[in-house]
Amino acid sequence: MVEYKERFDGRAMDECRPMTAKVGVVKNAMGSAYFKIGNTIAYAAVYGPREIYPKFLSNPKKGVLRVNYNMMTFAGPGERNRPGPNRRAKEISMVSEKALLPVVDLSKFPNSVVDVFIELPQTDAGSRCAGITAASMALADAGLVMKDMVPAVAVGMVGNTPVVDLSYHEEQPEGMEAVDIPLAVVPSTGEVTLLQMDGVIDKEQLIKVIELGKNACKQIAEVQRKALKEKYEGDADEQ
Amino acid sequence: MNNNRETASSSSHLLNALRADVRYDGRKKDDFRNIEIEFGVSNTADGSAKIKAGNTEIIIGVSLSVGSPFPDRPDEGALMVSAELLPIAHPGIEMGPPGIDAIEISRVIDRSIRESGAIDVKDLCIVPGEKVWIVSVDIVPINHDGNIIDIGAIGAIAALQQTKFPQLDENNVADYKHKSDKTVALLHKPIPVTVCKIKDQLFVDPIKVEEDQIDARLTVTVLENGKICSLQKGGEVGLTTEEIKKAFDLATEKAKELQKYV
Repeated sequence: MVEYKERFDGRAMDECRPMTAKVGVVKNAMGSAYFKIGNTIAYAAVYGPREIYPKFLSNPKKGVLRVNYNMMTFAGPGERNRPGPNRRAKEISMVSEKALLPVVDLSKFPNSVVDVFIELPQTDAGSRCAGITAASMALADAGLVMKDMVPAVAVGMVGNTPVVDLSYHEEQPEGMEAVDIPLAVVPSTGEVTLLQMDGVIDKEQLIKVIELGKNACKQIAEVQRKALKEKYEGDADEQ
Repeated sequence: MNNNRETASSSSHLLNALRADVRYDGRKKDDFRNIEIEFGVSNTADGSAKIKAGNTEIIIGVSLSVGSPFPDRPDEGALMVSAELLPIAHPGIEMGPPGIDAIEISRVIDRSIRESGAIDVKDLCIVPGEKVWIVSVDIVPINHDGNIIDIGAIGAIAALQQTKFPQLDENNVADYKHKSDKTVALLHKPIPVTVCKIKDQLFVDPIKVEEDQIDARLTVTVLENGKICSLQKGGEVGLTTEEIKKAFDLATEKAKELQKYV
């Protein structure tokens, strides 16, 4: 197998792309966030807890978390995409929901829904992870009871080299095989709440790469926390 | 979330505010909100802009793709404007296919740009009768606080100005991942101004709570030379000739002011 010695963008193998995070970006929402990692941009907004429609989705025991992931028509690398949900978007919405659910306490909101809308105006790999990272900040910004943040990142192999936060080039490198593993982690417990994989890898290496991802998620959690603190400090200044 | 506006907005209250010429956000009836435009908000689009007016915030992406010309216009490219009202932008917007609101916004902005001849459609021809460029303008509000038509259209013109064609190879096959230096030729800058009516009061640039209560509206698209290139009347109440004249005057004046943003 070919060794991947230097990354296309000059990053260290365990280094994430540059990140920017901000909360409170959608004024109409209860909570919202902007997260940019490299050339991937995600907006997330939280509406609710509010009445759930259609009614049959309601749960009398606790609130429902409903996540919707959407790439804007011009957010992909090639030709314009058709608007609206496709199979890929529906699956990503579902796994994003499951990634966030373990940290959110919705027991106080029976028969209600917390809607999370993730919108991506520009993507370059890692869009579901950027979406989950933004959504978790938006949920915290909305003041919901949470155990922790949920940072997410893609890890994997390019050739036989483990890498963190794959870029678009690294997902399909010329002359090399790649493994792409989107991962979401609850930093305080180490629980993995999103785990998918495309590619072929042996068991020992897979475990190593996941550990690498957990460390990266800790760094991302710091960025999330800092963005939330910045808004909070900003609010205090205004009063 | 800002709920106090909603509670203050019984229709008589809003009408009194308009009569006193002091709107909920402190503006006069003929004041437009201050506009800020940021370019290059999506590097995957061929042209993009984010436009903000008060709390209304819209992302506009322009995509160019190669398609077939219409049989009756073999040497002309095409324009397609779509607006999506996504639930991220407002608590009252639900998931689902575009509703009539989004369709009207798309079509009014589409007509504003198309009927003004703003885009040189002959410049979009690649091989007559075979291949032309299709210009898709997608208008996506991120936060909806009224007046998506006017603000979205200004943002669309701004984004189009920055739009670069994808590269074409010798067989006229597009490489969507690489942009050329060629820009979309804009011949005009049409600006729609929507004049709203509640009882005897006319005003421009409504915020959402105002927009939800209007009796009627008239969107007047004005060119840089003061000529009018498209109209759309909305709402459930009719307009008198006097009101229409006033709306034309108001729209022409405001459009002149708004030209500075594009």
